[in-house]
Amino acid sequence: MPCIYSASIELLLDVAVCMRHQENNLLIPERERGQAHKRRRTSEPIEIEDRLESLICRVGEKSTSSLESNLEGLAGVLEADLPNYKSKILRILCTVARLLPEKLTVYTTLVGLLNARNYNFGGEFVEAMIRQLKETLKNNLYSEAVYLVRFLSDLVNCHVIAAPSMVAMFENFVSVTQEEDVPQVRSDWFVYVVLSCLPWVGKELYEKKDVEMDRLLSQIEGYLKRRVKTHVPMLQVWTADKPHPQEEYLDCLWAQIQKLKKDRWQERHILRPYIAFDSVLCEALQHNLPPFTPPGHMPDAQYPMPRVIFRMFDYTDAPEGPVMPGSHSVERFVIEENLHCIIKTHWKERKTCAAQLLSYPGKNKIPLNYHIVEVIFGELFQLPSPPHIDVMYTTLLIELCKLQPGSLPQVLAQATEMLYMRLDTMNTTCIDRLINWFAHHLSNFQFRWSWDDWADCLTVDLEKPKPKFVKEVLEKCMRLSYHQRIVDIVPPTFSALIPADPIFTYKYVDESASSLPGYPMSITVSNAIKNRASNEEILTVLKEVPNPNQEDDDDEGESFNPLKIDVFLQTLLNLAAKSFSHSFSALGKFHEILKTLANSDEGKLHLLKVLYEVWRNHPQMIAVLVDKLIRTQVVDCAAVANWLFSQDMAHEFTRLFIWEILHSTIRKMNKHVQKIQKELEEAKDKLEKQQHKRRDSGDDEDMDKNSEDEEGQLEEQIERLQEKVESAQSEQKNLFLVIFQRFIMLLTEHLVRCETGSVDISTPWYKNCIDRLQQIFLMHHATIQQYMGTLENLLFTAELDHHILAVYQQFCALQL
Amino acid sequence: MSVKLNALNSDSYIDISQYRDQHFKGNRYEQEKLLKQSNTLYVGNLSFYTTEEQVHELFSKSGDVKRIIIGLDKIKKTACGFCFVEYYTRADAEHAMRFINGTRLDDRIIRTDWDAGFKEGRQFGRGKSGGQVRDEYRQDYDPARGGYGKLAQQHRPTEGRNSF
Repeated sequence: MPCIYSASIELLLDVAVCMRHQENNLLIPERERGQAHKRRRTSEPIEIEDRLESLICRVGEKSTSSLESNLEGLAGVLEADLPNYKSKILRILCTVARLLPEKLTVYTTLVGLLNARNYNFGGEFVEAMIRQLKETLKNNLYSEAVYLVRFLSDLVNCHVIAAPSMVAMFENFVSVTQEEDVPQVRSDWFVYVVLSCLPWVGKELYEKKDVEMDRLLSQIEGYLKRRVKTHVPMLQVWTADKPHPQEEYLDCLWAQIQKLKKDRWQERHILRPYIAFDSVLCEALQHNLPPFTPPGHMPDAQYPMPRVIFRMFDYTDAPEGPVMPGSHSVERFVIEENLHCIIKTHWKERKTCAAQLLSYPGKNKIPLNYHIVEVIFGELFQLPSPPHIDVMYTTLLIELCKLQPGSLPQVLAQATEMLYMRLDTMNTTCIDRLINWFAHHLSNFQFRWSWDDWADCLTVDLEKPKPKFVKEVLEKCMRLSYHQRIVDIVPPTFSALIPADPIFTYKYVDESASSLPGYPMSITVSNAIKNRASNEEILTVLKEVPNPNQEDDDDEGESFNPLKIDVFLQTLLNLAAKSFSHSFSALGKFHEILKTLANSDEGKLHLLKVLYEVWRNHPQMIAVLVDKLIRTQVVDCAAVANWLFSQDMAHEFTRLFIWEILHSTIRKMNKHVQKIQKELEEAKDKLEKQQHKRRDSGDDEDMDKNSEDEEGQLEEQIERLQEKVESAQSEQKNLFLVIFQRFIMLLTEHLVRCETGSVDISTPWYKNCIDRLQQIFLMHHATIQQYMGTLENLLFTAELDHHILAVYQQFCALQL
Repeated sequence: MSVKLNALNSDSYIDISQYRDQHFKGNRYEQEKLLKQSNTLYVGNLSFYTTEEQVHELFSKSGDVKRIIIGLDKIKKTACGFCFVEYYTRADAEHAMRFINGTRLDDRIIRTDWDAGFKEGRQFGRGKSGGQVRDEYRQDYDPARGGYGKLAQQHRPTEGRNSF
């Protein structure tokens, strides 16, 4: 890119048009590069805006010229265009400050150069940033607000903002810690913002205002000491502190800042282009930040949740090459921040994301691959949930392996090995995610893995985390391939961990079953279905099935008859066992019969029991059939919950598929409620519009009457929907009550039994169960919030065993 | 100031491709409109042996799958290497385009593309021999897709499996 001083944007674009055919021309949006295009007029306003955006967004990327000369050139171009495009430029710069934090110092330098050339512009930019900061805080966009404040603080380094006014803003932030009766997460955030700016601006602020800064840090220290940290265990990926403690995020950041201070604020990792322009920038006049009062606490504010810092590597893990910065070094904080920001910016485009991660500035001084892998797993295992959809991380890691085939796969294998070694203390929810990731990853690499390295898992109780993990991984691998494949890929010693062949188990399979009471009827029903009998005909046939629960059959045969359900469902599912589609088709065709058979709570429960019996070797099939039965309202969500917690399913209780079914069921319930709420809102909006229309339409009598009719109809509809919403919410609340009640019963039973037998409570089953209880809270926290009152009054009372109550209290401490 | 910058909004993996269904009943504009709202994906380059279960497992990673329709040879009525995956929501389908397209299923790199919506009849291959058009003319040997392409098979003595 040519370095042009005081060139107007039009001239620059004329040049760009000529260079359009060049692949590396950063002035042209990526999609259009290297393509034949009609020559466009360059003076269209929309085009100019696009080009300005492109120029600004692209600066700092790979270029034949140095970053400094590109910044210099761009500053010249923008300065020349301030008369015509000032508001556009302001808007774009404010937006990149908010959305491209990984390029913070590139843009602060740019603003610094502009301010040096045009003092008024600098002032207007600062004002615009303050306005934007207020907006983001009002809209609960807390992470973006952090980036804005960090940007402002780095502007001190660029001589745009005077250090004392920045310190004053920080003092106002820290004073939030003196507020009473506010959520802890509120004051947490204001402290976090201040601390997280110090890697960038600590040195400068200390040089100018060390007394004030010391006072600030001392206030922060006092706050950190008195903060409540009940929430921490719920967010930790591992329960053990070795080899790397899972630190609460504010504690870790404080330690990092303490160390930075001890090192006299010497920080060498951050790329600071403004240093090269020092002679120009120090001539610039600075602006004072206006006094900024943090907005008061509002009841609907959603402050960010606390976090735990995920660490799995230290300098001993990357033996060759550059040394990994220590866990309390500020470099570690900056690297992790930047990598998280890159993922946040580019997660939708995996190739770009991988390329951006791998071209991290300063990568030659750090073991970048280790940092990347650690940050990615940190996000994947984040509790309550990852910032992005799980599958993104799988695909991103595959892209990274493609771009660095000689180094990244080895780091990933090393990481996998380490995660395996530490399974015993890993949170069960995180183990779930690890299972899903690993199986999906392997399926992209022909399932190649040195299973023998994990032979140690065969020597312990198969319910322990390591063999359980391998078993679940193999089951997931099988779902992505087929049974024989799994048999072929593992050593014969692993046969106990190989999943069952997912075949149908038919009770009435042949004459050997002829003594069973339902056998003759199963043949009749089977023939009826094959001969395309109607639902009525089949129901008539089924009336003949004796009811083992009763002495005399009741006349209509309508009451719960487990044998009838057994015969019909076994037979039907046997005929449809060939594929998912066949089974779905069968459920659809005989929907009426199924509804009739399952028209009581016992009926629903038994239906699910039979379903499990026939498909117990194919958990995937069970899950999809349960899903269909709920969606077609043959069974309700509470029935599924009761079934999963029933004694019949106790032996499967720790298997992953049980929890996948339960969470899927809860999600369906939630989506159902949301859907009806949305319909209600839409109907209310429609009514409002209708009422406006009537008011505006004047005295037209005919229109009035029609309008009244319509309004009447809408009002009726709204009433109906209101009832529907209340009913759905009631069902939802009941579902959670059932689930929590069951957990409490199971856990209490176990705890009492262990206590009376003087046995250690920490069995693999117990750890799994308590983690699963925690998982319900974490995965559905938004919904559960609405029912906290009921939960506290009815279930999570003080009489509860403290082990169970602790989970509830930790959840409350998250102040979600 | 909730401002979006076009340059930062790139989401190219969910763009519609150049492919247009020649049998679509309607004009180009209508087809494109449907593609841009669709919850259904076409999935190509499957092995003939890939099952509905495998497709379901993989595509469920981006959201709840409403329906899968396995593509069939028009004559043999056996799987011929493509399928449709329909989601309940557009957002879930978009995630599949971003994160499942271009990854492996059954050891093969699969390709996903927006589909205007399943209609009866579209589950059949449109090649002369009953399978997909691409299998009519390809020259390579692909054991998971019936061996050689149909045209190439005519010039070879019958060998290998071309049905299963």
